[in-house]
Amino acid sequence: MVSTDLTPRVDERAGVPVGPRDSRGYRLFTGLNATALVLVTLLILYPFVTLLAQSFSSSGAIKAGLVNAVPVGFNLETYRVVAGDDRFWTSYGNTVLYTVVGTVIAMVLTTTFAYAISKPHLRGRNALIGIAVFTMFFNGGIIPNYVLISSLGMKNTMWALVLPGALSVFNLLVMKSFFENIPRELEEAAQIDGLGWFAIFTRIVLPLSKAVIATMILFYSVAYWNDWFTAFLYLDEDNLFPLSLFLRNLIAGATTTTAASAAAAGTTSAAISANIQAVTMILAILPILCVYPFVQRHFVSGVMLGSVKG
Amino acid sequence: MTIPRERTDAVLVADDPRGIGATPGEPPVDPVRRPPRPTRQKVAKVPWRLALRRDGALYLMALLPLLFLLVFRYLPMVGNVIAFRRFRPGGSIFGEEWVGLRYVRMFIEDPTFWHVFTNTVILGGLTLLVCFPLPIILALLLNEVRTKWFKGAVQSISYLPHFLSIVIVAGMVMQLTSLQGTVNQIVEGFGGEAIPFLQRPEWFRAIYVGSEAWQTVGWGTILYLAALTTVDSSLYEAARIDGANRWRQTWHVTLPGIRPTMITLLILNIGLFLNVGFEKVLLLYTPLTYSTADVISTYLYRVGLVSNNLSYAAAIGLFQAVIGLVMVLSANFISKRVVGASLW
Repeated sequence: MVSTDLTPRVDERAGVPVGPRDSRGYRLFTGLNATALVLVTLLILYPFVTLLAQSFSSSGAIKAGLVNAVPVGFNLETYRVVAGDDRFWTSYGNTVLYTVVGTVIAMVLTTTFAYAISKPHLRGRNALIGIAVFTMFFNGGIIPNYVLISSLGMKNTMWALVLPGALSVFNLLVMKSFFENIPRELEEAAQIDGLGWFAIFTRIVLPLSKAVIATMILFYSVAYWNDWFTAFLYLDEDNLFPLSLFLRNLIAGATTTTAASAAAAGTTSAAISANIQAVTMILAILPILCVYPFVQRHFVSGVMLGSVKG
Repeated sequence: MTIPRERTDAVLVADDPRGIGATPGEPPVDPVRRPPRPTRQKVAKVPWRLALRRDGALYLMALLPLLFLLVFRYLPMVGNVIAFRRFRPGGSIFGEEWVGLRYVRMFIEDPTFWHVFTNTVILGGLTLLVCFPLPIILALLLNEVRTKWFKGAVQSISYLPHFLSIVIVAGMVMQLTSLQGTVNQIVEGFGGEAIPFLQRPEWFRAIYVGSEAWQTVGWGTILYLAALTTVDSSLYEAARIDGANRWRQTWHVTLPGIRPTMITLLILNIGLFLNVGFEKVLLLYTPLTYSTADVISTYLYRVGLVSNNLSYAAAIGLFQAVIGLVMVLSANFISKRVVGASLW
C-alpha cells in the first residue's frame, strides 16, 4: 500500500557539506534568504492579522483609518452583535448542512466509481475513464447548467448546491490511483473466500484507504464550505443562504445586518459593515483555521498523489 | 458549478490518466514528467455477457456516478445547442427552433464582446506572467533553508490562502484597498492622497493579479519542492568540487533539475489562461471598472442571467469553452513535441 505521506522531504541538501571556500558568502546568503522568506510570510499573514485587528476594533477607529495590525479601541461588542444575529446562525447552520450532505454524496459517488475503474480487467474501463476525464477539459458552461438546474426544479433547494459539485474528477483520479496500489493478493484471497466485489470493497478496500478517504473528505468539504456562487445563482430565499453568500451580501452591501444590530453597534451603515464584515469573515474562516494545522499535510499529499500517479 | 481553483489542480493530475505510473516502491520521480511508460500487458477482451456476469457488481457501482456525469456534465454540454436555437424560458432546455448562427454572428458583431475578450486576454496574460514564476522563486528559496521548523512554518503559512473562500479573499482585498485601509494609509504616509482603488479601472488589474499571487504562490510551490527533492545530491558535490558557488549551483544544477516540471506547468497554464477567475472578478468589479475588469465570463453572466438573453450568452460561453479546449489540446501537443511530456 502506498503511503499518502508524500510531503516534500525537508532538508534534502543538509547532507551536503559546506565547503570552506563559500562559507562566508553562504552565511550571508542564508541570512538574506531567511529575511526574504520572513518578509513573504508576513506579507501572506498580514491580511489575516489586519482582519483580526479590525474585528476587535471600534468602528470609529476603523473609520478614522487607525487600524492596521493591532486593534484600536479594543472591544468584543461586534462579536456579540454578530452572534446575536439570527441570520448569521441560520446561514452558518445551512453551510454545515450543505457541507455534510454534499460531502457524503460526493464520497459515495467518488469511491464507488473510483473502485470500478481501478480494476484493469473491467471491460469498458477506458470508456468510463474517458467519459470522466473529458469533463475536466470541457464543461457545459454557466448558462446550460443554469437552464438544467432550473428545469429540474432544483432552484431554491439544497440540491442545487449539493449535487452539481458532487464528483470532482481530480479527486476521482487520485482515489483510483490509490485503489490501484492496494495489493491484488488481498482481494484475490477474499474472492477465494467467496466475497463479491461489493463486499470486498466495503470490508477490505475501504478500511485500507482511510488516509486517502480522509484527504478526499477534506477536499470536498472545503470546496462545499467555500462555495458561494452556486448559492448566489440558485437561491433567492434568505433562510437558505449559506454563510459564504450571507458574507458576500454583507460585503457587497446588498444587505446590512438587522436594524437592531446597527443600533447596538451605535453607528450607521458604512462603518458598521467594516466591523461586522471582519467578524463574520473571521468566524467563517475559523473552522478551516482550526482543522488546518492537523490536516495540512494530507492536503499536500493529496495533490502529490494526484500528480505523481494520476 | 465547479470551483475554479480546482481546475489548476485538476489538470496536473491528467498526467497519465490511465494510471500507468511509477510503482510506489520506486524513488519519487519528477512529479509532472511522465515516468517511462512500462510495456502494457494486453488484457484479452472478455465477451460482454461474461463481463457483466463476473463484474456485475462493479458496473452497478459505476452506474450512479455515470448517471451523475451524464446528467450534470454531459446534459449541459448538449444544452449548449441553445446557442443555435431560440430559447423560451420554461420551455425545453434544448430550445424551440433552429436559428442557425444568429447568436454567433451577434457576438462577433458586438463591440463589447471584443472588448471583454481583450480584457480577458490581458488579465489572463498578466496573471500568467506574475503567478507562474513566483512559486518557482519561493520554492528555490525554501529549498535553501536548512532549519526544518522554519521551512515547515513558512510552507504551512503560505499554503493557507489556498483554502480560503473567494468571498473572504475579496473581502480582504476590499478592506485593504478601502479609503481607510492599510494601503491607503501607506499612500498617505508618503504624502499622497487616498485612492479609491476598486473604483479606478487603472488599478483593477494590479489588484486582481496581486490577490491572485497572494492566494496561489504558496500552494504552487508544492510540485516544485517535490521536484527539487529528486535532484541528485551528488551533482551538487560535483559542482562544488568544480568550484561552483551557491548561485552557480542553483543555475547549473537545481534549475535544470526542475526544468521539466517548469515547462509542463507553463504549457498547462498557457492552455488555461483564458479561464481567469470569474468569481473573483464578479466580486471585485463595479460598473466603474468595467473598462478593464469585465471579462468574457462576467459579460456572458450579465447578458444571460441578468438580462435573460440565454441563447446569446450560451453562444459566448460555447465559444469560450471551445477556445479553451483547443488551447489545452494544442498546449499538450506542443509539450509532447518539444519536451516529450504530455498530459495524456
